[in-house]
Amino acid sequence: MSNVLVFAELKGSEPKKVSYEMLNAAKDIAAGTGGAVIAAAIGSGLAGVGAKLGAYGATKVLVADGVDKYNVEGWATIAAAIVKAENPAVVLLGATATGKDLAPRLAAKLGVGLASDIVGFRMDGANFIAKRPVFAGKAFTEIGFTAVPALATVRPNVLDPGAGGGAAAAEAPASADMGAPKAQITEILAAASSRPDLTEANVIVSGGRGMKEKDNFKILEDLADVLGASVGASRAAVDAGYADQSMQVGQTGKVVNPSLYMAFGISGAIQHLAGMRTSKVIVAVNKDEEAPIFQVADYGIVGDLFEAVPLFANEFKKLLG
Amino acid sequence: MNIVVLCKQVPDTESKIKLLGDNSNFDAEGIKWVLNPYDEYGVEEALKIKEAGKAAKVTVLSIGPKRAEEAIRTALAMGADDAVHVEDAGFDGADAFAVAKGLAGALQGMEYGLILCGKQAVDDDMAAVPQMVAEFLSIPQVTVVSKLEVEGSAIKAFRDIEGGAKEVWQCQAPAIVTATKGINEPRYASLPGIMKAKRKPLAKKTGAEVGSGADQNKTKVIGWSLPAPRAAGKVFKGGELADLVAQVAKLLREEAKVI
Repeated sequence: MSNVLVFAELKGSEPKKVSYEMLNAAKDIAAGTGGAVIAAAIGSGLAGVGAKLGAYGATKVLVADGVDKYNVEGWATIAAAIVKAENPAVVLLGATATGKDLAPRLAAKLGVGLASDIVGFRMDGANFIAKRPVFAGKAFTEIGFTAVPALATVRPNVLDPGAGGGAAAAEAPASADMGAPKAQITEILAAASSRPDLTEANVIVSGGRGMKEKDNFKILEDLADVLGASVGASRAAVDAGYADQSMQVGQTGKVVNPSLYMAFGISGAIQHLAGMRTSKVIVAVNKDEEAPIFQVADYGIVGDLFEAVPLFANEFKKLLG
Repeated sequence: MNIVVLCKQVPDTESKIKLLGDNSNFDAEGIKWVLNPYDEYGVEEALKIKEAGKAAKVTVLSIGPKRAEEAIRTALAMGADDAVHVEDAGFDGADAFAVAKGLAGALQGMEYGLILCGKQAVDDDMAAVPQMVAEFLSIPQVTVVSKLEVEGSAIKAFRDIEGGAKEVWQCQAPAIVTATKGINEPRYASLPGIMKAKRKPLAKKTGAEVGSGADQNKTKVIGWSLPAPRAAGKVFKGGELADLVAQVAKLLREEAKVI
């Protein structure tokens, strides 16, 4: 009734960083609810997952092993059975492709509320209050829950994962019975790009309408290679056909949160700023001194991006030796 | 097969968001309201399927206040056949659960093979209602779909996941599919389309008729806040560009410590 349950996000049998971020948050939540931190893992080949999740704060791990691939209906069935058996006060999932698909279905199955993509929280006594961005980060809301358990998905790369080093958690088997799902994944198509996903990238170099044509994105690719960065684009660049829609940063694209965001030839439309304003450091290069992007940039250069991009590549090569 | 498109009216993405004095909500003064851009993809996809002879009718379903009629008329002007508008003060400030319950209640009285909508609404960004509707109706869901193939009752949907990879999902109708950018290019409503839309059937329903309202909320918004403004940065101009770039690169290394 007072425990906090974290559904670990796994890649194979290895917890992703967001799993540790959730466990560390769960410790603070459990301090308010007066319960323990427990975790659940759904997947296959999960032996040893108790030690990995225990290190970051789980005291017990429910393991639904032998589940070969993701299925939203099946996983909602497995997860709902775990939640009903454990009766926690708060349930956390990752705000990932899987978690964002699964959590609302799980909430509906349990008859409870959900806060998606939370970036913070506070405890009001034993009550969990979630903070989440709306309008792609133009504002935030605080969400309270009137049904138990409270469900939330946690945005990756925002909360502190803590240091780890805790004792291994006891593993307990959980049912892996998916019931009879009506939809199935029949194939997974690999990504064309080997770069990190924009939402997980530590560094992003991004181009706007000022890139002038599709082939010019090559210079951003070269700069990205130097930095191990991902390449983004503004809506104007995507709409003009310079960049693929999967690269779009903004309110109708991806909301990103890198350490460094470099904007080249991007004017800074409000819907673009909404998608990247939480970047730790923003660099902007634009010919137009009046471009709104300079109002959010930590470092701005008024100048020609076609000269500046190769110059940056050279400088970074020198610095990174 | 009939297609139902779930639509929401939202503030235009170019809107600047200001809050009311007591931080209880955003200030709707001066806001331009539009059909949720992701729902436009849903409308367009439904029309394409119908035009390919694979669906008989496209119906718009929306929960919202009186002004939501404008977004519904936009979808009708694009080419949808008719609409159902659930208009009830019980849905003011409703959460995803209550809205999904109401949509599912409305859908139970309709014929549908495929339900389409956007992957999320660009106002609250909750991205939860479609999945909840799917659970309430016990039908399959495929979210964040950038390509959809329909043959008879067979549905094949390409779902975007991390890093540009795609999951290919297959199921039989009825199902709910949520659209993301890339699935199509929504058409603009033509002038004749806009004129015709004014005469297309638009049925009104109450919360009681769809079995949901304020009593179904499972969450409540406690308050709003705005992000802290970013401190003014340094802008470099004039002189040799190579020198400016070198200075900024050095600052990124030594001051910002991000390189």
